[in-house]
Amino acid sequence: MKREDIEAAAAPADAAFALSRLHGASSRTVLAMLGVAVIVLFVVFPVCNLMVPATSALHISDYTVTLLGKIMCYAIVALAMDLIWGYTGILSLGHGLFFALGGYAMGMYLMRTIGREGVYQSELPDFMVFLDWKAYPWYWSFTDHFWYAALLVVLVPGLLAFVFGYFAFRSRIKGVYFSIITQALTYAAMLLFFRNDTGFGGNNGFTDFKRILGFSITAPTTRMALFLITGAALLGFLLLGRAIVRSKLGRVLTAIRDAETRVMFSGYNPLYFKLFIWTLSAVICGIAGALYVPQVGIINPSEMSPANSIEIAIWTAVGGRGTLIGPVLGAAVVNLGKSWFTQVLPEYWLFVLGLVFILVTLFLPRGIAGLWTRSRT
Amino acid sequence: MNLRQVLLRTLCLAFALVVPVPSAMAAVAPETIRDLAFGEGDVRAKAIAAIVASGDAAGLALLQAVQAGDVKTVGEDRVLLIKGDEATDLLTGSAVKPLPDNLDDVVVNNRFRRELGTGIAALRLTSPERATRLAAAKELQTRADEDTLPAISTALSKESDPEIKGLLALTQASVQLASKDPATRLDAVRALALSDSGSVKTLLLALLERKNGVFVEQDAQLRAEAERSLASVQQRLSTGEMIGRIFSGISLGTILLLAALGLAITYGLMGVINMAHGELIMIGAYATYVVQNVFREHFPGAFDFYLVCAIPVAFAVSAAVGMVLERTVIRWLYGRPLETLLATWGLSLILIQAVRTIFGAQNVQVENPSWMSGGVEIMTNVVLPWSRIGIIIFAAGVLLLMWLLLSRTRLGLFVRAVTQNRGMASSLGVPTARVDMLAFGLGSGIAGLAGCALSQIGNVGPDLGQSYIVDSFMVVVLGGVGQLAGTVYAALGLGIVNKFLEAWQGAVLAKIVVLVFIIIFIQKRPQGLFALKGRTVEA
Repeated sequence: MKREDIEAAAAPADAAFALSRLHGASSRTVLAMLGVAVIVLFVVFPVCNLMVPATSALHISDYTVTLLGKIMCYAIVALAMDLIWGYTGILSLGHGLFFALGGYAMGMYLMRTIGREGVYQSELPDFMVFLDWKAYPWYWSFTDHFWYAALLVVLVPGLLAFVFGYFAFRSRIKGVYFSIITQALTYAAMLLFFRNDTGFGGNNGFTDFKRILGFSITAPTTRMALFLITGAALLGFLLLGRAIVRSKLGRVLTAIRDAETRVMFSGYNPLYFKLFIWTLSAVICGIAGALYVPQVGIINPSEMSPANSIEIAIWTAVGGRGTLIGPVLGAAVVNLGKSWFTQVLPEYWLFVLGLVFILVTLFLPRGIAGLWTRSRT
Repeated sequence: MNLRQVLLRTLCLAFALVVPVPSAMAAVAPETIRDLAFGEGDVRAKAIAAIVASGDAAGLALLQAVQAGDVKTVGEDRVLLIKGDEATDLLTGSAVKPLPDNLDDVVVNNRFRRELGTGIAALRLTSPERATRLAAAKELQTRADEDTLPAISTALSKESDPEIKGLLALTQASVQLASKDPATRLDAVRALALSDSGSVKTLLLALLERKNGVFVEQDAQLRAEAERSLASVQQRLSTGEMIGRIFSGISLGTILLLAALGLAITYGLMGVINMAHGELIMIGAYATYVVQNVFREHFPGAFDFYLVCAIPVAFAVSAAVGMVLERTVIRWLYGRPLETLLATWGLSLILIQAVRTIFGAQNVQVENPSWMSGGVEIMTNVVLPWSRIGIIIFAAGVLLLMWLLLSRTRLGLFVRAVTQNRGMASSLGVPTARVDMLAFGLGSGIAGLAGCALSQIGNVGPDLGQSYIVDSFMVVVLGGVGQLAGTVYAALGLGIVNKFLEAWQGAVLAKIVVLVFIIIFIQKRPQGLFALKGRTVEA
């Protein structure tokens, strides 16, 4: 099967094909954008946060750093969602689960580093003392090693997604069915994690972290380091995404989105393509969750609520599906709006969010990035 | 009580009614009264036992009068009942006026007071008032002794109320078990085999208890009998539990059915993913709440009937909201299910926040009308609440109406036509846009009815709908799209399976198991239990 054939198959199917021109933006433009991003992230932020005195107008507060760090984690999740939804046409309503699993894996390590500084001054986390447990359950073993926790961050969401995806895609569950099943999956997981007996702190989840890799977790330098790592991860995943969507693999994915039956008839088995991008997307989410937890300082089962996962979809939709920069924009716009509203007009945030859902789907199917391409053509 | 006693008592009663007796207490033998008033310790106890054994109302009045201190003695031979400034001589039945000066109180010590109380309770067991008998039975549970035993067994043979009967049987058995006579104890244990109450089980288990490897109970024969009785009690208890579980399963199933029926129309028939369906349920519940308040304020006399008025109101309000949503948002998204999903999720957020703004974030109180509270007691451990029975009947009614509407009316015909082939239906002159709106309104209205029903058994709050949305989608997905029968089977099946798993593994794990089961099931039969037969490759 030649590349031209796939293009020919995909081209008339959907106007969204035009969007693929956007990620076809010339390498020079991308390089320039990347350069700006690197300078802002790795020079402006550390200098303005750590070196410029707090009285100066140029100072960037710790609050801003944490907020932006958090939003970058969300942007990574939105990017992962875009790979599976925007490019492959599979809407997952369970991405919050993978995010939370990554977060919990990191949280286990962070809980172990608290040591005897908890309220009960026990070797065990407070919630286990409270449950009268005498030892760590088996699935907590080795979590005191950072490398092992990091492995879990990748493996747990990845394995779950792989197994679930294999069965779902094999029996050709797609469209809304798939969305609803993934929603049920995250809902079931939320119920499971809400139980105290599950061994992940029940309602309260993990919190009160003290240090990471020996550094105090609240120190400004640690925060800045986490911020920079998150920024690097975001840029790295953007580049990875660009590499994928520009490759042949990416073309097949888009073709699956636009006309799956035709792809099958052309001799491709969509199962493995879907499974690959689905698992990759889940792993990216897990990593985002792992970066999120030390910055925010808490992880609890409400991260797995169906509402959270749907919100991820709306970040992607607001920014623009099928573009790489779109999800990042969307996550930023929606979450900045959220933190502004919840401070100033808390009662109105849900109205605004609800309206965003409706207006974007009705009037802005290509999101903010779509506005830009429209103005260019 | 045997037939002869019944006849005798009826005769006595008839006689008492026909022949004027100076005082009700004349029925008590004078010697007994004298013993009661002047006797000491055991003599008095015997007198009370005699009165209790006779079991008539006069004895009860006498004992109550003694307890209240209305019975006084004069000298060594007269016993008077004082009422205000009048008195009756209890021995002769003649009125005494004016009151003599040398009145003495009947001496009531602790033992006598206790015996009096027990006697009174035993006698009150014969009262025609259920509440009185129940209270007496409860009182006796802690204070019955061998003297009250005859009264208890008489009452037991006459009692028809299962709750009181259970209490009495238990009391009787525990008194008999405390007896010194091995035969009595054996009989008691045997009698317990017929019970179906949980406390009997505890009682029997106590007999089989071991301390340091040695049985507390010495009598081996008794233990064997206790074991046999225990087995039969347990058998009966587990039957009761089974019935209760099936009932609560059906009840949960009908609730799921109500929640999913509307969805079966909007999603199953029209293909619209309405994530705001749960909020339409919530709106129905709030409509019920408003109707309730209106009734409480303006027609307190007719409060019991507010539900009758709330049902159409809930339907109308939810249907209206649904039709507005359809006209303004959803119709622009037909054929784009994923977008519909997101947009309707947005709608649900707005509806939740709107309700929060209007009614507050707290749950509101919806009261059951009096005829919906309480329940039918089938066995001592199985009570079927009227509210749940009502919902089962209601769901069946809604289902029937919906089936009639879809299969027997012109609108139903149009809906089915549009479902099967929109283009063809339109060409044949079916106003598809109008049908869409009406069908969506119907689905939403049924969601409102579900809300009205849910308000009777659960909390009504802005988040009410969220807890049902995943479940009702599961029902529709499991049942198969486009089929009412599938929805019914799926809802009832899920309800019952859920309840049985709950008893086995707890509520949360049950839910998880069911969700995992559905996920696996969908692998095998992606079209659900009942798939529409057709030749389309892609839905």
